[in-house]
Amino acid sequence: MATGLHIDKIGMIYQLPGGGEVEALKDVSFHLDKGEILTILGPSGCGKTTLLNIVAGFLVPTSGTASFYSEQISGPSTSRQVLEPLITGPSPERGMVFQQGALFEWMSVAENIGFGPGMKGVPKNEINTIVEQYLETVGLQGFGNKAVYELSGGMQQRVALARCLANEPELILMDEPLGALDALTREKMQGLILKIWNETGKTIALITHSVEEALFLGQRVFVMAPRPGRIEKEYRLPYAQRGVNESLRDIKMTDEFSQTREEILSMIWEMEEEIMGRQE
Amino acid sequence: MNNSPLHLVLAKLGIITVGEVARKTVTFGDPEASKGGLIWGIVSVLLIFSIWSLAVANEWASAIFLPPPSEVVSQFWKIATDGFRGSSLWEHLGISLYRLLVGFILGCLIGIPIGFGMALSKVVRGFFDPIVEFMRPIPPLALIPLSIIWMGIGNGSKIFLLFLAALWIMVLAARAGVEGIRLSKIHAAYTLGASKKQVLLRVILPNALPEIFTGMRVAMGVCWGTLVAAELVGADAGIGFMITVAGKFLETGLVFVGIILIGIIGAAIDVSMRKAEALMIPWKGKV
Repeated sequence: MATGLHIDKIGMIYQLPGGGEVEALKDVSFHLDKGEILTILGPSGCGKTTLLNIVAGFLVPTSGTASFYSEQISGPSTSRQVLEPLITGPSPERGMVFQQGALFEWMSVAENIGFGPGMKGVPKNEINTIVEQYLETVGLQGFGNKAVYELSGGMQQRVALARCLANEPELILMDEPLGALDALTREKMQGLILKIWNETGKTIALITHSVEEALFLGQRVFVMAPRPGRIEKEYRLPYAQRGVNESLRDIKMTDEFSQTREEILSMIWEMEEEIMGRQE
Repeated sequence: MNNSPLHLVLAKLGIITVGEVARKTVTFGDPEASKGGLIWGIVSVLLIFSIWSLAVANEWASAIFLPPPSEVVSQFWKIATDGFRGSSLWEHLGISLYRLLVGFILGCLIGIPIGFGMALSKVVRGFFDPIVEFMRPIPPLALIPLSIIWMGIGNGSKIFLLFLAALWIMVLAARAGVEGIRLSKIHAAYTLGASKKQVLLRVILPNALPEIFTGMRVAMGVCWGTLVAAELVGADAGIGFMITVAGKFLETGLVFVGIILIGIIGAAIDVSMRKAEALMIPWKGKV
Protein backbone atom coordinates (compact mmCIF):
# COMPACT_ATOMS: atom_id res chain seq x y z
CA MET A 1 0.00 0.00 0.00
CA ALA A 2 1.29 3.42 -0.92
CA THR A 3 1.91 5.77 1.98
CA GLY A 4 -0.90 8.15 2.76
CA LEU A 5 -4.50 8.18 3.94
CA HIS A 6 -6.64 5.30 2.83
CA ILE A 7 -10.40 5.47 3.28
CA ASP A 8 -12.26 2.29 2.46
CA LYS A 9 -16.08 2.23 2.09
CA ILE A 10 -16.75 4.31 5.16
CA GLY A 11 -20.31 4.61 6.36
CA MET A 12 -21.59 6.52 9.37
CA ILE A 13 -25.08 6.25 10.76
CA TYR A 14 -26.20 8.43 13.66
CA GLN A 15 -29.09 7.29 15.81
CA LEU A 16 -31.40 10.21 16.49
CA PRO A 17 -32.54 10.66 20.08
CA GLY A 18 -36.20 10.57 19.06
CA GLY A 19 -35.79 7.35 17.10
CA GLY A 20 -34.82 7.09 13.48
CA GLU A 21 -31.37 7.53 12.03
CA VAL A 22 -29.32 9.75 9.76
CA GLU A 23 -26.87 8.43 7.22
CA ALA A 24 -24.11 11.01 7.62
CA LEU A 25 -21.73 9.13 5.30
CA LYS A 26 -22.34 6.34 2.83
CA ASP A 27 -19.75 4.28 1.04
CA VAL A 28 -17.01 6.90 1.00
CA SER A 29 -13.72 5.67 -0.41
CA PHE A 30 -10.58 7.51 -1.52
CA HIS A 31 -6.82 7.47 -1.22
CA LEU A 32 -4.85 10.58 -0.42
CA ASP A 33 -1.18 10.29 -1.29
CA LYS A 34 1.58 11.54 0.94
CA GLY A 35 2.25 15.19 0.13
CA GLU A 36 -1.12 15.84 -1.49
CA ILE A 37 -3.36 18.71 -0.43
CA LEU A 38 -7.09 18.05 -0.46
CA THR A 39 -9.97 20.42 0.14
CA ILE A 40 -13.49 19.33 0.95
CA LEU A 41 -16.56 21.41 0.06
CA GLY A 42 -20.22 20.84 0.52
CA PRO A 43 -23.44 22.18 2.01
CA SER A 44 -24.00 21.78 5.73
CA GLY A 45 -25.05 18.28 6.69
CA CYS A 46 -23.03 16.58 3.96
CA GLY A 47 -20.82 14.81 6.50
CA LYS A 48 -17.55 16.60 5.85
CA THR A 49 -16.83 17.28 9.53
CA THR A 50 -17.82 13.69 10.36
CA LEU A 51 -15.34 12.48 7.76
CA LEU A 52 -12.55 14.64 9.18
CA ASN A 53 -13.35 13.52 12.73
CA ILE A 54 -13.11 9.90 11.64
CA VAL A 55 -9.71 10.52 10.08
CA ALA A 56 -8.57 12.35 13.23
CA GLY A 57 -9.71 9.35 15.24
CA PHE A 58 -12.39 11.14 17.28
CA LEU A 59 -15.18 9.00 15.80
CA VAL A 60 -15.34 5.37 14.77
CA PRO A 61 -17.27 4.77 11.53
CA THR A 62 -20.23 2.39 11.67
CA SER A 63 -18.84 0.57 8.62
CA GLY A 64 -15.63 0.60 6.58
CA THR A 65 -12.12 1.50 7.68
CA ALA A 66 -9.78 4.48 7.75
CA SER A 67 -6.06 3.74 7.69
CA PHE A 68 -2.98 5.89 7.61
CA TYR A 69 0.10 4.32 6.11
CA SER A 70 3.22 6.11 7.19
CA GLU A 71 6.81 5.52 6.21
CA GLN A 72 8.29 5.63 9.63
CA ILE A 73 8.20 1.99 10.59
CA SER A 74 10.70 1.92 13.43
CA GLY A 75 14.10 0.61 12.56
CA PRO A 76 17.01 0.04 14.89
CA SER A 77 17.97 3.71 14.53
CA THR A 78 14.74 5.19 15.87
CA SER A 79 12.97 4.53 19.10
CA ARG A 80 9.58 5.33 17.63
CA GLN A 81 7.00 2.63 17.96
CA VAL A 82 5.51 0.89 14.96
CA LEU A 83 2.42 2.78 13.97
CA GLU A 84 -0.66 0.72 13.24
CA PRO A 85 -2.12 1.84 9.93
CA LEU A 86 -5.74 1.35 11.09
CA ILE A 87 -7.02 4.53 12.72
CA THR A 88 -8.56 3.73 16.11
CA GLY A 89 -8.07 6.98 18.00
CA PRO A 90 -6.35 10.35 17.94
CA SER A 91 -2.59 10.29 17.39
CA PRO A 92 0.16 12.89 17.07
CA GLU A 93 0.90 11.69 13.52
CA ARG A 94 -2.44 13.22 12.50
CA GLY A 95 -2.55 16.85 13.66
CA MET A 96 -5.58 19.09 13.52
CA VAL A 97 -6.17 22.81 13.17
CA PHE A 98 -9.59 23.85 14.41
CA GLN A 99 -11.72 26.92 13.92
CA GLN A 100 -10.99 29.59 16.50
CA GLY A 101 -11.22 28.78 20.21
CA ALA A 102 -9.08 25.66 20.43
CA LEU A 103 -5.99 27.42 21.78
CA PHE A 104 -5.26 27.21 25.50
CA GLU A 105 -5.89 30.68 26.97
CA TRP A 106 -4.05 29.85 30.20
CA MET A 107 -0.81 29.43 28.28
CA SER A 108 1.30 31.97 26.44
CA VAL A 109 1.74 31.76 22.68
CA ALA A 110 5.05 29.96 23.16
CA GLU A 111 3.58 27.49 25.66
CA ASN A 112 0.78 26.70 23.23
CA ILE A 113 3.22 25.97 20.43
CA GLY A 114 5.47 23.96 22.74
CA PHE A 115 2.56 21.90 24.10
CA GLY A 116 2.97 18.93 21.74
CA PRO A 117 6.74 18.55 22.17
CA GLY A 118 6.24 18.96 25.93
CA MET A 119 3.80 16.04 25.98
CA LYS A 120 6.45 13.92 24.27
CA GLY A 121 8.95 14.83 26.98
CA VAL A 122 11.25 16.90 24.77
CA PRO A 123 13.73 18.83 26.99
CA LYS A 124 12.97 22.51 27.72
CA ASN A 125 15.80 24.06 25.72
CA GLU A 126 14.93 21.99 22.66
CA ILE A 127 11.30 23.04 22.98
CA ASN A 128 12.43 26.67 22.97
CA THR A 129 14.29 26.11 19.71
CA ILE A 130 11.26 24.40 18.16
CA VAL A 131 8.96 27.21 19.32
CA GLU A 132 11.24 29.90 17.84
CA GLN A 133 11.43 28.00 14.57
CA TYR A 134 7.67 27.72 14.14
CA LEU A 135 7.00 31.26 15.34
CA GLU A 136 9.16 32.28 12.41
CA THR A 137 7.40 29.90 10.02
CA VAL A 138 4.04 31.54 10.71
CA GLY A 139 5.48 35.06 10.90
CA LEU A 140 5.00 35.71 14.61
CA GLN A 141 8.60 36.29 15.73
CA GLY A 142 8.66 38.11 19.06
CA PHE A 143 5.09 37.18 19.99
CA GLY A 144 6.07 34.15 22.10
CA ASN A 145 5.41 35.78 25.47
CA LYS A 146 2.07 37.29 24.50
CA ALA A 147 -1.15 35.92 25.90
CA VAL A 148 -3.37 34.22 23.35
CA TYR A 149 -6.31 36.54 24.02
CA GLU A 150 -4.17 39.58 23.23
CA LEU A 151 -3.83 38.48 19.60
CA SER A 152 -6.18 39.16 16.68
CA GLY A 153 -8.18 36.33 15.15
CA GLY A 154 -5.75 35.90 12.27
CA MET A 155 -2.76 35.78 14.60
CA GLN A 156 -4.52 33.22 16.79
CA GLN A 157 -4.96 30.95 13.77
CA ARG A 158 -1.25 31.39 12.98
CA VAL A 159 -0.52 30.16 16.50
CA ALA A 160 -2.90 27.21 15.98
CA LEU A 161 -1.05 26.36 12.78
CA ALA A 162 2.33 26.63 14.50
CA ARG A 163 1.13 24.50 17.42
CA CYS A 164 0.07 21.78 14.99
CA LEU A 165 3.31 21.97 12.97
CA ALA A 166 5.54 21.96 16.06
CA ASN A 167 4.26 18.47 16.78
CA GLU A 168 5.50 17.31 13.35
CA PRO A 169 2.38 15.49 12.23
CA GLU A 170 2.48 13.60 8.92
CA LEU A 171 -1.09 14.52 8.07
CA ILE A 172 -2.64 17.88 8.90
CA LEU A 173 -6.40 18.10 9.14
CA MET A 174 -8.05 21.50 9.08
CA ASP A 175 -11.70 22.08 9.95
CA GLU A 176 -12.63 25.47 8.50
CA PRO A 177 -9.48 27.03 9.95
CA LEU A 178 -10.05 30.38 8.25
CA GLY A 179 -13.84 30.47 8.60
CA ALA A 180 -13.95 33.26 11.16
CA LEU A 181 -11.40 35.57 9.55
CA ASP A 182 -11.97 38.73 7.50
CA ALA A 183 -11.39 38.53 3.74
CA LEU A 184 -7.95 40.13 3.69
CA THR A 185 -6.54 38.11 6.57
CA ARG A 186 -8.05 35.04 5.02
CA GLU A 187 -6.20 35.57 1.76
CA LYS A 188 -2.90 36.01 3.60
CA MET A 189 -3.51 32.83 5.55
CA GLN A 190 -4.30 30.91 2.36
CA GLY A 191 -0.89 31.97 1.06
CA LEU A 192 0.69 30.83 4.33
CA ILE A 193 -0.95 27.41 4.14
CA LEU A 194 0.28 26.94 0.58
CA LYS A 195 3.77 28.04 1.58
CA ILE A 196 3.85 25.57 4.48
CA TRP A 197 2.51 22.78 2.26
CA ASN A 198 5.15 23.50 -0.34
CA GLU A 199 8.04 23.81 2.12
CA THR A 200 7.23 20.89 4.41
CA GLY A 201 5.64 18.47 1.95
CA LYS A 202 2.98 17.57 4.51
CA THR A 203 -0.22 15.82 3.53
CA ILE A 204 -3.12 18.20 4.18
CA ALA A 205 -6.91 17.80 4.20
CA LEU A 206 -8.92 21.00 4.68
CA ILE A 207 -12.64 21.62 5.03
CA THR A 208 -13.98 24.95 3.86
CA HIS A 209 -17.23 26.67 2.98
CA SER A 210 -15.56 28.95 0.47
CA VAL A 211 -15.44 27.60 -3.07
CA GLU A 212 -12.60 29.97 -3.95
CA GLU A 213 -10.56 28.76 -1.00
CA ALA A 214 -11.17 25.15 -1.99
CA LEU A 215 -9.94 25.86 -5.52
CA PHE A 216 -6.86 27.81 -4.37
CA LEU A 217 -5.75 25.27 -1.84
CA GLY A 218 -6.86 21.93 -3.29
CA GLN A 219 -4.77 19.86 -5.64
CA ARG A 220 -7.78 17.69 -5.22
CA VAL A 221 -11.22 19.03 -4.37
CA PHE A 222 -14.08 16.88 -3.13
CA VAL A 223 -17.57 18.28 -3.51
CA MET A 224 -19.73 16.38 -1.05
CA ALA A 225 -23.51 15.99 -1.14
CA PRO A 226 -25.94 15.28 1.72
CA ARG A 227 -28.54 12.57 2.44
CA PRO A 228 -26.65 10.31 2.47
CA GLY A 229 -23.30 12.10 2.86
CA ARG A 230 -21.11 11.18 -0.10
CA ILE A 231 -18.45 12.47 -2.47
CA GLU A 232 -20.45 13.83 -5.39
CA LYS A 233 -17.59 14.95 -7.57
CA GLU A 234 -13.82 15.15 -7.47
CA TYR A 235 -11.63 17.71 -9.22
CA ARG A 236 -7.89 17.65 -9.76
CA LEU A 237 -6.73 21.23 -10.11
CA PRO A 238 -3.44 23.01 -10.83
CA TYR A 239 -4.02 26.14 -8.73
CA ALA A 240 -2.42 24.99 -5.48
CA GLN A 241 0.81 24.20 -7.35
CA ARG A 242 0.64 27.50 -9.24
CA GLY A 243 -0.25 29.44 -6.11
CA VAL A 244 3.14 28.61 -4.64
CA ASN A 245 4.79 31.01 -7.09
CA GLU A 246 1.99 33.08 -8.60
CA SER A 247 -0.20 35.54 -6.78
CA LEU A 248 -3.59 34.24 -5.76
CA ARG A 249 -5.13 37.37 -7.30
CA ASP A 250 -3.81 36.60 -10.76
CA ILE A 251 -5.07 33.05 -10.55
CA LYS A 252 -8.49 34.27 -9.54
CA MET A 253 -8.68 36.40 -12.70
CA THR A 254 -8.23 33.52 -15.14
CA ASP A 255 -11.24 32.23 -17.09
CA GLU A 256 -10.73 28.58 -16.26
CA PHE A 257 -10.68 29.41 -12.54
CA SER A 258 -13.95 31.29 -12.66
CA GLN A 259 -15.53 28.60 -14.84
CA THR A 260 -14.70 25.88 -12.33
CA ARG A 261 -15.85 28.12 -9.51
CA GLU A 262 -19.22 28.77 -11.17
CA GLU A 263 -19.66 25.09 -11.91
CA ILE A 264 -19.10 24.08 -8.30
CA LEU A 265 -21.16 26.97 -6.97
CA SER A 266 -24.21 26.01 -9.02
CA MET A 267 -23.75 22.39 -7.94
CA ILE A 268 -23.81 23.40 -4.29
CA TRP A 269 -26.71 25.79 -4.88
CA GLU A 270 -28.75 22.95 -6.27
CA MET A 271 -28.00 20.80 -3.26
CA GLU A 272 -28.92 23.62 -0.90
CA GLU A 273 -32.21 24.14 -2.75
CA GLU A 274 -32.95 20.47 -2.47
CA ILE A 275 -32.37 20.64 1.27
CA MET A 276 -34.41 23.76 1.85
CA GLY A 277 -37.17 22.68 -0.52
CA ARG A 278 -37.45 24.71 -3.71
CA GLN A 279 -38.66 28.17 -2.88
CA GLU A 280 -40.08 30.95 -5.08
CA MET B 1 -2.61 75.51 36.70
CA ASN B 2 -4.31 72.31 35.63
CA ASN B 3 -1.51 70.37 37.28
CA SER B 4 -1.86 71.76 40.79
CA PRO B 5 -2.13 69.16 43.58
CA LEU B 6 -5.72 70.18 44.17
CA HIS B 7 -6.58 69.52 40.53
CA LEU B 8 -4.92 66.13 40.64
CA VAL B 9 -6.79 65.15 43.79
CA LEU B 10 -10.09 66.31 42.32
CA ALA B 11 -9.33 64.40 39.12
CA LYS B 12 -8.48 61.29 41.11
CA LEU B 13 -11.82 61.51 42.85
CA GLY B 14 -13.57 61.78 39.51
CA ILE B 15 -14.98 65.24 40.11
CA ILE B 16 -13.12 66.98 37.27
CA THR B 17 -11.20 65.80 34.26
CA VAL B 18 -7.68 66.93 33.45
CA GLY B 19 -6.42 67.51 29.94
CA GLU B 20 -7.97 66.36 26.69
CA VAL B 21 -10.52 63.64 27.23
CA ALA B 22 -12.55 61.81 24.61
CA ARG B 23 -16.20 62.37 25.38
CA LYS B 24 -18.99 59.89 24.79
CA THR B 25 -22.41 61.20 23.89
CA VAL B 26 -24.17 58.06 25.09
CA THR B 27 -23.40 57.58 28.77
CA PHE B 28 -26.72 56.28 30.07
CA GLY B 29 -26.55 52.50 29.97
CA ASP B 30 -22.81 52.40 29.22
CA PRO B 31 -21.10 50.67 32.16
CA GLU B 32 -17.74 52.22 31.22
CA ALA B 33 -19.17 55.71 31.59
CA SER B 34 -20.25 55.09 35.18
CA LYS B 35 -16.85 53.88 36.34
CA GLY B 36 -14.97 55.82 38.98
CA GLY B 37 -17.28 57.88 41.13
CA LEU B 38 -15.13 57.34 44.23
CA ILE B 39 -16.27 60.71 45.49
CA TRP B 40 -19.83 59.44 45.87
CA GLY B 41 -18.60 56.57 47.99
CA ILE B 42 -16.99 59.04 50.35
CA VAL B 43 -20.15 61.15 50.34
CA SER B 44 -22.34 58.20 51.29
CA VAL B 45 -20.10 57.13 54.19
CA LEU B 46 -19.87 60.70 55.51
CA LEU B 47 -23.62 61.09 55.18
CA ILE B 48 -24.30 57.97 57.24
CA PHE B 49 -21.93 59.11 59.98
CA SER B 50 -23.41 62.61 60.10
CA ILE B 51 -26.98 61.31 60.33
CA TRP B 52 -25.82 58.93 63.06
CA SER B 53 -24.09 61.75 65.00
CA LEU B 54 -27.04 64.06 64.48
CA ALA B 55 -29.44 61.43 65.80
CA VAL B 56 -27.31 60.94 68.89
CA ALA B 57 -26.78 64.69 69.48
CA ASN B 58 -30.51 65.41 69.28
CA GLU B 59 -31.34 62.35 71.36
CA TRP B 60 -33.69 60.93 68.73
CA ALA B 61 -33.06 57.55 70.31
CA SER B 62 -31.64 56.59 73.68
CA ALA B 63 -28.03 55.41 73.89
CA ILE B 64 -29.20 51.85 74.54
CA PHE B 65 -30.69 51.72 71.06
CA LEU B 66 -28.19 53.94 69.30
CA PRO B 67 -24.82 54.49 70.96
CA PRO B 68 -22.78 57.50 69.75
CA PRO B 69 -19.94 56.79 67.30
CA SER B 70 -17.45 57.74 69.99
CA GLU B 71 -18.87 55.04 72.26
CA VAL B 72 -18.43 52.44 69.50
CA VAL B 73 -14.82 53.50 68.98
CA SER B 74 -14.06 53.37 72.70
CA GLN B 75 -15.74 49.97 73.03
CA PHE B 76 -13.60 48.73 70.16
CA TRP B 77 -10.55 50.13 71.88
CA LYS B 78 -11.51 48.47 75.13
CA ILE B 79 -11.96 44.96 73.77
CA ALA B 80 -8.96 45.35 71.49
CA THR B 81 -6.76 45.94 74.53
CA ASP B 82 -8.60 44.16 77.39
CA GLY B 83 -10.39 41.43 75.50
CA PHE B 84 -13.90 40.08 75.97
CA ARG B 85 -15.02 37.22 78.25
CA GLY B 86 -11.56 35.94 78.99
CA SER B 87 -10.32 36.02 75.42
CA SER B 88 -8.84 38.93 73.53
CA LEU B 89 -10.71 40.36 70.53
CA TRP B 90 -8.04 38.87 68.31
CA GLU B 91 -8.66 35.44 69.75
CA HIS B 92 -12.39 35.76 69.02
CA LEU B 93 -11.66 36.92 65.48
CA GLY B 94 -8.95 34.30 65.09
CA ILE B 95 -11.23 31.45 66.10
CA SER B 96 -13.92 32.66 63.70
CA LEU B 97 -11.45 32.93 60.83
CA TYR B 98 -10.00 29.53 61.71
CA ARG B 99 -13.44 27.89 61.50
CA LEU B 100 -14.17 29.75 58.30
CA LEU B 101 -10.97 28.73 56.56
CA VAL B 102 -10.96 25.07 57.66
CA GLY B 103 -14.61 24.55 56.71
CA PHE B 104 -14.20 26.38 53.42
CA ILE B 105 -10.98 24.61 52.44
CA LEU B 106 -12.41 21.18 53.30
CA GLY B 107 -15.46 22.00 51.20
CA CYS B 108 -13.22 22.95 48.26
CA LEU B 109 -10.89 19.97 48.64
CA ILE B 110 -13.75 17.49 48.60
CA GLY B 111 -16.28 19.37 46.47
CA ILE B 112 -14.03 20.12 43.48
CA PRO B 113 -13.02 16.48 42.86
CA ILE B 114 -16.66 15.38 43.21
CA GLY B 115 -17.69 18.04 40.69
CA PHE B 116 -14.96 16.88 38.30
CA GLY B 117 -16.06 13.29 38.74
CA MET B 118 -19.68 14.18 38.05
CA ALA B 119 -18.74 15.96 34.85
CA LEU B 120 -16.39 13.24 33.63
CA SER B 121 -17.92 9.93 34.70
CA LYS B 122 -21.40 8.48 34.31
CA VAL B 123 -20.98 6.37 37.47
CA VAL B 124 -19.91 9.28 39.67
CA ARG B 125 -22.63 11.52 38.29
CA GLY B 126 -25.31 8.91 38.83
CA PHE B 127 -24.11 8.23 42.35
CA PHE B 128 -23.87 11.82 43.57
CA ASP B 129 -26.78 13.34 41.64
CA PRO B 130 -29.51 12.48 44.18
CA ILE B 131 -27.33 13.52 47.12
CA VAL B 132 -26.38 16.85 45.57
CA GLU B 133 -29.89 17.59 44.35
CA PHE B 134 -31.29 16.89 47.82
CA MET B 135 -28.69 18.73 49.88
CA ARG B 136 -28.18 21.75 47.63
CA PRO B 137 -31.49 23.55 48.30
CA ILE B 138 -31.25 23.11 52.10
CA PRO B 139 -30.07 26.41 53.62
CA PRO B 140 -27.03 25.73 55.84
CA LEU B 141 -28.79 27.64 58.62
CA ALA B 142 -31.41 24.87 58.80
CA LEU B 143 -28.64 22.45 59.72
CA ILE B 144 -27.41 24.42 62.73
CA PRO B 145 -29.56 22.57 65.31
CA LEU B 146 -28.49 19.19 63.93
CA SER B 147 -24.83 20.17 63.93
CA ILE B 148 -25.10 21.21 67.58
CA ILE B 149 -26.89 17.95 68.55
CA TRP B 150 -24.25 15.91 66.79
CA MET B 151 -21.12 17.82 67.58
CA GLY B 152 -21.79 20.31 70.37
CA ILE B 153 -21.04 24.04 70.33
CA GLY B 154 -17.28 23.87 69.73
CA ASN B 155 -15.22 24.11 66.57
CA GLY B 156 -16.37 20.76 65.19
CA SER B 157 -19.98 21.69 64.62
CA LYS B 158 -19.06 25.04 63.00
CA ILE B 159 -16.50 23.50 60.70
CA PHE B 160 -18.92 20.73 59.73
CA LEU B 161 -21.58 23.32 58.90
CA LEU B 162 -19.26 25.47 56.81
CA PHE B 163 -17.92 22.40 55.07
CA LEU B 164 -21.46 21.52 54.00
CA ALA B 165 -22.19 25.13 53.05
CA ALA B 166 -19.15 25.25 50.76
CA LEU B 167 -19.36 21.67 49.51
CA TRP B 168 -22.42 21.79 47.24
CA ILE B 169 -21.50 25.17 45.83
CA MET B 170 -18.05 23.89 44.90
CA VAL B 171 -19.42 20.66 43.44
CA LEU B 172 -21.70 22.60 41.11
CA ALA B 173 -19.03 25.18 40.21
CA ALA B 174 -16.41 22.55 39.38
CA ARG B 175 -18.89 20.52 37.40
CA ALA B 176 -20.01 23.56 35.40
CA GLY B 177 -16.38 24.51 34.80
CA VAL B 178 -15.57 21.13 33.33
CA GLU B 179 -18.75 20.83 31.30
CA GLY B 180 -18.26 24.28 29.81
CA ILE B 181 -15.11 23.30 27.94
CA ARG B 182 -14.99 23.50 24.17
CA LEU B 183 -14.61 20.00 22.82
CA SER B 184 -12.10 21.22 20.25
CA LYS B 185 -9.65 22.06 23.08
CA ILE B 186 -9.78 18.44 24.28
CA HIS B 187 -9.50 17.14 20.73
CA ALA B 188 -6.53 19.41 20.10
CA ALA B 189 -4.76 18.15 23.22
CA TYR B 190 -5.22 14.52 22.18
CA THR B 191 -3.93 15.13 18.64
CA LEU B 192 -0.92 16.84 20.21
CA GLY B 193 -0.12 13.61 22.02
CA ALA B 194 -1.50 14.32 25.51
CA SER B 195 -2.46 11.38 27.70
CA LYS B 196 -5.73 11.28 29.65
CA LYS B 197 -3.94 12.51 32.76
CA GLN B 198 -2.27 15.33 30.85
CA VAL B 199 -5.60 16.35 29.31
CA LEU B 200 -7.08 16.48 32.82
CA LEU B 201 -4.27 18.46 34.45
CA ARG B 202 -3.16 20.67 31.57
CA VAL B 203 -6.47 21.36 29.81
CA ILE B 204 -9.62 20.47 31.76
CA LEU B 205 -8.41 21.80 35.12
CA PRO B 206 -7.11 25.20 33.97
CA ASN B 207 -10.15 25.61 31.73
CA ALA B 208 -12.41 25.13 34.77
CA LEU B 209 -10.51 27.58 36.99
CA PRO B 210 -12.63 30.67 36.23
CA GLU B 211 -15.84 28.84 37.20
CA ILE B 212 -14.15 27.32 40.25
CA PHE B 213 -13.00 30.74 41.37
CA THR B 214 -16.48 32.20 40.97
CA GLY B 215 -17.75 29.29 43.06
CA MET B 216 -15.14 29.98 45.72
CA ARG B 217 -16.20 33.61 46.00
CA VAL B 218 -19.85 32.63 46.39
CA ALA B 219 -18.95 29.86 48.86
CA MET B 220 -16.79 32.21 50.92
CA GLY B 221 -19.65 34.69 51.21
CA VAL B 222 -22.15 32.01 52.21
CA CYS B 223 -19.67 30.50 54.71
CA TRP B 224 -19.03 33.81 56.41
CA GLY B 225 -22.75 34.47 56.81
CA THR B 226 -23.40 30.93 58.01
CA LEU B 227 -20.55 31.07 60.51
CA VAL B 228 -21.75 34.26 62.15
CA ALA B 229 -25.27 32.81 62.36
CA ALA B 230 -23.99 29.54 63.82
CA GLU B 231 -21.96 31.42 66.42
CA LEU B 232 -25.02 33.47 67.32
CA VAL B 233 -27.07 30.35 68.01
CA GLY B 234 -24.61 28.37 70.04
CA ALA B 235 -20.91 28.89 70.57
CA ASP B 236 -18.31 29.41 73.25
CA ALA B 237 -16.15 31.88 71.37
CA GLY B 238 -15.99 33.81 68.11
CA ILE B 239 -17.20 37.10 66.74
CA GLY B 240 -20.85 35.94 66.51
CA PHE B 241 -20.71 34.71 70.11
CA MET B 242 -19.34 38.10 71.11
CA ILE B 243 -22.28 40.07 69.75
CA THR B 244 -24.89 37.67 71.13
CA VAL B 245 -23.50 38.00 74.65
CA ALA B 246 -23.12 41.76 74.26
CA GLY B 247 -26.73 41.93 73.06
CA LYS B 248 -27.98 40.04 76.11
CA PHE B 249 -26.34 42.60 78.38
CA LEU B 250 -27.58 45.52 76.27
CA GLU B 251 -24.02 46.55 75.47
CA THR B 252 -25.18 48.06 72.21
CA GLY B 253 -21.84 49.74 71.53
CA LEU B 254 -20.17 46.36 71.50
CA VAL B 255 -22.87 44.93 69.23
CA PHE B 256 -22.10 47.74 66.79
CA VAL B 257 -18.39 46.94 66.97
CA GLY B 258 -19.14 43.32 66.11
CA ILE B 259 -21.43 44.16 63.22
CA ILE B 260 -18.94 46.61 61.74
CA LEU B 261 -16.10 44.10 62.08
CA ILE B 262 -18.19 41.36 60.41
CA GLY B 263 -18.96 43.70 57.53
CA ILE B 264 -15.38 44.85 57.10
CA ILE B 265 -13.95 41.32 57.25
CA GLY B 266 -16.54 40.00 54.79
CA ALA B 267 -15.75 42.81 52.36
CA ALA B 268 -12.01 42.35 52.81
CA ILE B 269 -12.31 38.63 52.04
CA ASP B 270 -14.22 39.31 48.82
CA VAL B 271 -11.86 42.06 47.69
CA SER B 272 -8.80 39.89 48.29
CA MET B 273 -10.39 36.99 46.43
CA ARG B 274 -11.14 39.26 43.49
CA LYS B 275 -7.52 40.42 43.49
CA ALA B 276 -6.30 36.82 43.61
CA GLU B 277 -8.62 35.98 40.75
CA ALA B 278 -7.32 38.80 38.58
CA LEU B 279 -3.79 37.66 39.36
CA MET B 280 -4.28 33.94 38.80
CA ILE B 281 -6.81 33.91 35.97
CA PRO B 282 -5.97 36.87 33.78
CA TRP B 283 -7.78 35.32 30.81
CA LYS B 284 -11.16 35.32 32.56
CA GLY B 285 -13.83 37.03 30.53
CA LYS B 286 -11.51 37.55 27.56
CA VAL B 287 -12.17 34.29 25.77
